[in-house]
Amino acid sequence: MSTISLNEVCMRTLGLENPWSMASYEKIGGYKIWRKIVTEKTPPEQIIEQLKLANLRGRGGAGFPTGLKWSFMSRNTPGQKYVVCNSDEGEPGTFKDRDILRFNPHQVIEGMAIAGYVMGATIGYNYLRGEFIEPFERCEQALNEARAAGLIGKNILGTDLNFELHHFLGAGAYICGEETALLESLEGKKGFPRFKPPFPANYGLYGRPTNINNTESYASVPVILQKGGQWFLDLGVPNNGGTKIFCISGHVNKPGNYEIPLGTPFKTLLEMAGGVRGGKQLKAVIPGGSSVPILPGATMMQLNMDYDSISKAGSMLGSGGVICMDENTDMVKVLERIAYFYYEESCGQCTPCREGTGWLMRTIKRIVSGKGQMRDLELLISVSDNIMGRTICALGDAAAMPVLSFIKHFRSEFEAYIQNG
Amino acid sequence: MEQLITFELTPKMRLDIDAWVNKFPPEKKSSAVIAALTIVQNQENWLSLAMMNAVADYLHMPQSAVYEVATFYSMYNLEPTGQYRIDVCTNVSCMLCGCDTIVAHLKERLNIGFGETTKDGRFTLKEVECLAACGGAPALQVDGQYHEHLTPEKVDAILARLEAKA
Ligand SMILES: Cc1cc2nc3c(=O)[nH]c(=O)nc-3n(C[C@H](O)[C@H](O)[C@H](O)COP(=O)(O)O)c2cc1C
Ligand code: FES
Repeated sequence: MSTISLNEVCMRTLGLENPWSMASYEKIGGYKIWRKIVTEKTPPEQIIEQLKLANLRGRGGAGFPTGLKWSFMSRNTPGQKYVVCNSDEGEPGTFKDRDILRFNPHQVIEGMAIAGYVMGATIGYNYLRGEFIEPFERCEQALNEARAAGLIGKNILGTDLNFELHHFLGAGAYICGEETALLESLEGKKGFPRFKPPFPANYGLYGRPTNINNTESYASVPVILQKGGQWFLDLGVPNNGGTKIFCISGHVNKPGNYEIPLGTPFKTLLEMAGGVRGGKQLKAVIPGGSSVPILPGATMMQLNMDYDSISKAGSMLGSGGVICMDENTDMVKVLERIAYFYYEESCGQCTPCREGTGWLMRTIKRIVSGKGQMRDLELLISVSDNIMGRTICALGDAAAMPVLSFIKHFRSEFEAYIQNG
Repeated sequence: MEQLITFELTPKMRLDIDAWVNKFPPEKKSSAVIAALTIVQNQENWLSLAMMNAVADYLHMPQSAVYEVATFYSMYNLEPTGQYRIDVCTNVSCMLCGCDTIVAHLKERLNIGFGETTKDGRFTLKEVECLAACGGAPALQVDGQYHEHLTPEKVDAILARLEAKA
């Protein structure tokens, strides 16, 4: 276990004094790559090449290859372009971006500046959820330091390059984590997801080409370029390059963020988190935030924490929010709480999601209250099936997948509620 | 009638809103509406129609567009709210870590339920979704600050501090 390397990418400044300060960031080589790019005018293709080699996959939940995404927006397209960072972090069980922003804000700034350079975007916005006051202040402080050092703003390091960066604060809405809802919110509207296509790379903020990535994705970029795509790739396992921050919570002794190589056995992660509280058995794990299918504890104990292993087992790595539940957990009640969340947070734009999330929640509540019937289980499954794939954004799927997986793996608990009233 | 009451943004509010307006292209002032509403609410504890209208005027937005934003986001209070809104997370990780005890303790101490405000107008209690603090579950947020690994004793200390401040 001691051979597992910790905090090699986004959490590099942890352990230094005032890890959020520019002085600490520079101590670990921060802004070296940005300085090099600015002064040498590194060809953008070279940067994208390294990201592709690194096999960096989007850390916001969908796992889309970042290098490929960056190649969609050409530096040569004329007119205003934008880079946007998604720090809305609202996926239940996920709390990594908050720590990156609080403890290593400069690395996000550097990653966004590099993105702006590669795609020819001179303005960036980092969208933080409204509750992130402390992270916001840290980010603003870092931005001021970077501006004062001539690394952000007009004529960066005396060159003809410009990159202006702004921090934005939302006001409470899970849906704004969906990238097009986030853009609407940045435009000062309610967060209704947009139809895709057109994708943000063509029609994004204010209708201009826009690149959106998660906080952890941007923060990974400077290290990849500093140490090389191959180095990053080798940290992980094939097709799952690098490290990932796993946010482990629930019934474990030492909940928290663990930045470890992709492909690390779940068993090891659980050990790092001090094991299950009270020495109990592990009953179930949601491996990637509340939107992904739940897996039985015994299944998880056999898996490695990487995109491919988790998806082969029928779930997803998602945002990296690993929620652990012990043997005494009432799965029906957990699902009731999850269903309430999606009902509460559905923006109401698409009928299947707006109506379906209400159906799901009410049906599960009925079961919990002892008034459920066996056919309610089939109803839950059919409502879920009818939401899946029929909505503008993935919130619908996110509401349906937990229901289907809870019933699949823990059906007897639902039946017990129904039979015993 | 509330609609007849007018509200004027203070010079400080205008200054703060201007700082946000400056982050966006000149013709995209409405991007500052979320911040503007937050700035007003931070002072007034809630948003009345008159306050929303003042923001609409200031940002040259239709009033309806501002209402749409104010009603969409959960951090806005659309009715008079206590000086401190206590946002308690009851989502999965907090639930697994015993937020029920914390909620019960808060309700008892404040003698109010979710969505209610204490008689002295000091505290409003609100159930919220995941705060991205699940590693420190159970968690709550109040007065712009997170409090994690909550216990009833910690809750008492938080309340005492806020009471002393208020
Ligand atoms: C309902 C919903 C909520 C989401 N919330 C977040 C979020 O809080 N943070 C995030 O980075 N991505 C979130 N996403 C994913 C984004 O839409 C998008 O895929 C991501 O920001 C892309 O960045 P990446 O490629 O770096 O992962 C959410 C998606 C959906 C459908
Ligand atoms: S579940 Fe309470 S902070 Fe995430």
